[in-house]
Amino acid sequence: MFDLSDLYQELILDHNRSPRNRRRIEHAGCRAEGYNPLCGDRITVYLSIGGDVIEEAAFEGTGCAISTAAASMMTEAVKGMSVAEATALFERFRAMVTADEDRVEADGASMGKLGAFAGVRRFPARVKCATLAWHTLRAAIAGDHASVTTE
Amino acid sequence: MTTASGPTPPATRTAAPYDVQRIREDFPILAREINGEPLVYLDNAATAQKPDAVIDAICGYYRTANANIHRGVHRLSVEATKAYEGARCTVQRFLGARRPEEIVFVRSATEAINLVAQAYARPRLAAGDEILITTMEHHSNIVPWQIVCEQTGAVLRVAPITDAGELEIDEFEKLLGPRTRLVAVTHISNALGTVNPVAKLVELAHRHGAVVLIDGAQAAPHLPIDVTALGCDFYAITGHKMFGPTGVGALYGRYELLDAMEPYQGGGEMILSVSFEKTTYNHVPHKFEAGTPNIAGVIGMGAAVDYLNDIGLNRIGTYEQGLLAYATEAISRIPGVRLFGTAAHKAAVLSFNIGDVHPHDAGTILDQQGIAVRTGHHCAQPVMERFGITATVRASIALYNTHAEIDRLAAAVATVREVFA
Repeated sequence: MFDLSDLYQELILDHNRSPRNRRRIEHAGCRAEGYNPLCGDRITVYLSIGGDVIEEAAFEGTGCAISTAAASMMTEAVKGMSVAEATALFERFRAMVTADEDRVEADGASMGKLGAFAGVRRFPARVKCATLAWHTLRAAIAGDHASVTTE
Repeated sequence: MTTASGPTPPATRTAAPYDVQRIREDFPILAREINGEPLVYLDNAATAQKPDAVIDAICGYYRTANANIHRGVHRLSVEATKAYEGARCTVQRFLGARRPEEIVFVRSATEAINLVAQAYARPRLAAGDEILITTMEHHSNIVPWQIVCEQTGAVLRVAPITDAGELEIDEFEKLLGPRTRLVAVTHISNALGTVNPVAKLVELAHRHGAVVLIDGAQAAPHLPIDVTALGCDFYAITGHKMFGPTGVGALYGRYELLDAMEPYQGGGEMILSVSFEKTTYNHVPHKFEAGTPNIAGVIGMGAAVDYLNDIGLNRIGTYEQGLLAYATEAISRIPGVRLFGTAAHKAAVLSFNIGDVHPHDAGTILDQQGIAVRTGHHCAQPVMERFGITATVRASIALYNTHAEIDRLAAAVATVREVFA
């Protein structure tokens, strides 16, 4: 029988079933829209940033299980982080899901819950699903109001 | 005998039994395993696999006859030219065109439509003129017309479709008027499988003096086409969806129309003489084939037509109708599955969603079991919008698919539900 547990870990399925922070933040200081032209999925990321700290993070939109869970877990992970920490986490997350399997970056162990996405690297067609929310987060931080895409 | 627009002829016309296992042996890629399982290739509406006859024709050209065409006096050039022009005659007969000059080789059906948009429509349309398309068009039969509308001030009209995915003929007819200059409609919907009654649509459009282009990219591998019987003015096909190579397609155009059109691109081959004072264009169809064409591709496309003719499109159509009915029954009885596209006349395409599982998740789970389907909007976003969705899973069949493969698809769809239960 085929094995999908690498990709669809229970944590990911749970966040797909019950996404956290899926709501609009009224008066969010930062927001950005992301678009994956491959599948037509759209996401909006909202951030409330006080000083240098991400006080609230939320998202709206629907997508596949990977993109929904990625957005959900991302908003949990970056809440309370400084902007610099969140940007660094974006880089580490992207490295994890795009790394060659035998490289150290591929090890999700140091990524906490986000390590659940380490298996995505074995499914190249799905990497953009996992990174859409993160690209949109980065655009929201940068104050880039143009819609970002995964292309 | 051709039935270009209607349903496939009844099985009683079938001569010899349809030996799908023998046909499968013609396609080397079908022996592949994916994730440890025999490949089940159900993404034929995206591109079809290639038989040895096509692969060998392309290799044979490069190995034994490679030369540029139409200008060399040496032996290889003569042979290459003969093969290239032979393929034009093959495609002419395949489409039922009156003369080979009515076949223009292009890169794809997309390029064929763009050629008509830019070389026919753009110089002839004025502000307020209308182009009529339908909701079920592929982006390639929408965007070229939007560009022409921007260039000319013409207006794009869109005929609606029903919940079953059928064109609303009455609405289509109402949208035809004195300003309708061009009608562009697909023969078979790539997203829904609907077979449009194109002969009737041509008749209606001609009554209003509109020129008609039919996008036949999805039709060519599934049913016999006769452009003369249809009476259409342009018909676009692409090689790779009919078991030929990528990068080659053909445009049928009525001779009088092609002859009156300005060139699409300038360059070599499309001229008779060039000077800085005056350049004289070549005749149809060479006028539209600027530059060295995809010679190997054209030869491969000709081989693909020969292959289809050897089996017979009536037999293929009959077999596929049976397989589609079987697949429709097998998939639609799975709890939670919703089909999109339930037209009375359908071909080859089964578009569906599984509960609220995103099609990309379904596609990955099917792929893990060796089953290739397309997931997404199928370059037909207005169709998705019509049904209030962003994407579907699309299983599309071809002449080599089997009932056993449909059984595997159905079993795999059931596992999708288990993962996301």
